[in-house]
Amino acid sequence: MSTVLTYAQAAAAALASAMEADSRIVALGEDLGRGGVFGQYMLDGKTLQQRFGSARIIDTPISEANIMGAAVGMALAGLRPVVEMRVIDFALCGMDELVNQAAKNRYMFGGQGRVPLVARMPIGIWTASAAQHSQSLEAWFAHLPGVAVVCPATPQDNHGLLTAALASGDPVVYMEHKELWGLRSEVDTSVEIPLGKARIARAGRGLTIVTWSRTLHETLKAAAELATEGVSCEVIDLRTLWPWDREAVLESCARTKRLLVTHEAVQVAGFGAEVAATVGEELGCPVRRLGAPRIPVGYAPTLEAEARIDAPKIVAAVRAWLDLGPASASAAE
Amino acid sequence: MDATDHTSAPPNPRRDRLLILYRTMARIRAFEDAAEIASQGGVQAWGIEASSTPARVRGPLHLSTGQEAVAAGVCINLARTDLLTSTHRGHGHTLAKGADMTRMMCELFGRATGYNGGKGGSMHIADFSVGMLGANGVVAAGIPIATGAAHALKLQGKDALVACFFGDGAINRGPFLEGLNWAQVYGLPVLFVCEDNRIAATTPTYTMTAGDGAAARAVALGLITQTVDGNDVEVVDRAAAQLAQVVRDGRPALLHAITYRFKGHVSVDPGRYRDAAEVARAQQDDPLLRARTVLTELGAGDEAARIDAEAKAEVNAALAVADAAPWPDAAEAYRDVLTTGEGRWR
Repeated sequence: MSTVLTYAQAAAAALASAMEADSRIVALGEDLGRGGVFGQYMLDGKTLQQRFGSARIIDTPISEANIMGAAVGMALAGLRPVVEMRVIDFALCGMDELVNQAAKNRYMFGGQGRVPLVARMPIGIWTASAAQHSQSLEAWFAHLPGVAVVCPATPQDNHGLLTAALASGDPVVYMEHKELWGLRSEVDTSVEIPLGKARIARAGRGLTIVTWSRTLHETLKAAAELATEGVSCEVIDLRTLWPWDREAVLESCARTKRLLVTHEAVQVAGFGAEVAATVGEELGCPVRRLGAPRIPVGYAPTLEAEARIDAPKIVAAVRAWLDLGPASASAAE
Repeated sequence: MDATDHTSAPPNPRRDRLLILYRTMARIRAFEDAAEIASQGGVQAWGIEASSTPARVRGPLHLSTGQEAVAAGVCINLARTDLLTSTHRGHGHTLAKGADMTRMMCELFGRATGYNGGKGGSMHIADFSVGMLGANGVVAAGIPIATGAAHALKLQGKDALVACFFGDGAINRGPFLEGLNWAQVYGLPVLFVCEDNRIAATTPTYTMTAGDGAAARAVALGLITQTVDGNDVEVVDRAAAQLAQVVRDGRPALLHAITYRFKGHVSVDPGRYRDAAEVARAQQDDPLLRARTVLTELGAGDEAARIDAEAKAEVNAALAVADAAPWPDAAEAYRDVLTTGEGRWR
């Protein structure tokens, strides 16, 4: 069952399997017929449209509001649509349809209908794509009752979490990362990954770092470097932002007694605040956040770098917190 | 060059105007050809990995190669005080509105000396000083902005119009209907220009567009429209002149200019999804080729060749300046965010 796939191929494999098993699943969005701009609707050299036909992999006009709104209607009428928004920044053109319609329908109409809809809206900085193509807005949707929010960081998780999202029967805001499409690793397609379960990506004792999406990889690099200085970090990949795995985070923090949350999104009112506040309330242990400054993402590399949360910044934040000095080799434990 | 400096030839207003139009088109072509070369390796997408050699123009570069006649033919009818909104494919509109090529190239290179100080790049090229209010990363986003700018001009009693460029893909987004309706209801000075290159990203537009397209939809809202061969720069010029007069007289109008995008969606997109024969046919219909043919017939072939050479020299100089220009300081990342609460980033 195990095979090497890119993050994009892992999603295509999950979608293809789900579509084989469930004829209600369709996908709609711009340029899908050609396999998606990032190849996320391509598998084994064929587009999913070649495999499933244009009635199920639906090419659409550039009409984000109607793509999202039509998906709500499709869902109410018995289909299970996958909405492709290409990037979160374009999904903003379909916000009423997501926020006022998809997220509210079930509750507002007293449970008469359900909106099983997976809205793919990739987040993150995509090198040199500037302010309108680089946003990480996952906290907006974590704040929104009526949707689940998923942020996969690895090919394995993109396979397992997309499978779970499609099976959930709920509106799911599914946020891949724009710079992870080419990430390649082993995927076991038989592994089930439930929504709402975090993963301990690195075990440790001195400090818990909670993260998600692309920042996981920067955090793991940072943890490896800190380990050489004797700082033992436990890294938790949250994977799902709503519902988030409080138990896993609290269990870890109860052991390590310290929490740092790292994310690429702007730190102010980011989801890290929710995690940190919860851990503070429940355990009273020290908490810190490291997210982007509240600035748009600039085009020039010097400007873009200011908005990125990379491994050196994470290492520096931990060193500063533990009072290790800029390049200390002393142990923190 | 002053297009009227060939003193030995008899006066020929048609030739003189066409030379001005040709110069604009040649400058756009030279600029985009150079930017395309400088962009290779920049983006990982379209099945192509980013190369290890960093591109000098990084990130998405949307080229308007083949569409130059629309920018040139419309903008020759604009005054400096007129405003303009553009698309993600906006180099031509920006140059034709009067922006400086060197500062544009610096922006594409992400340098501190670019129009946006390196903050925007190609997709957000802008020169507010000549009324060019910006290229845009979101399809159809310029339409409501153009409408609002025109509303302001009207309220202020200013004698200026707004040229609003958008693509054929944009007419399937809601803001197209909302903006045109608004402009008509309030009698606003907007010249809507649908630059119809017949493909929306990678999808042929006819497969996704009902009815007869931009002009038919505008007619339904009561706008005056013209549909023209967008690769004939003289035809675009005449139509734009007539419609600009309609707009200056107090009502919006729409120009539907049918052209063709020679390149992929972005510079690193080889456009393999397109029929090679269709592209070859379109290249026979190159607006620069057509204008050069007419200029040769008018006895101005040599001047056209000189304009080509001058455009190449200008772009080479711009490339050299951009290459040598400094990167923006990291501190610039925190400038021009928001005045209220400035200095607090977390």
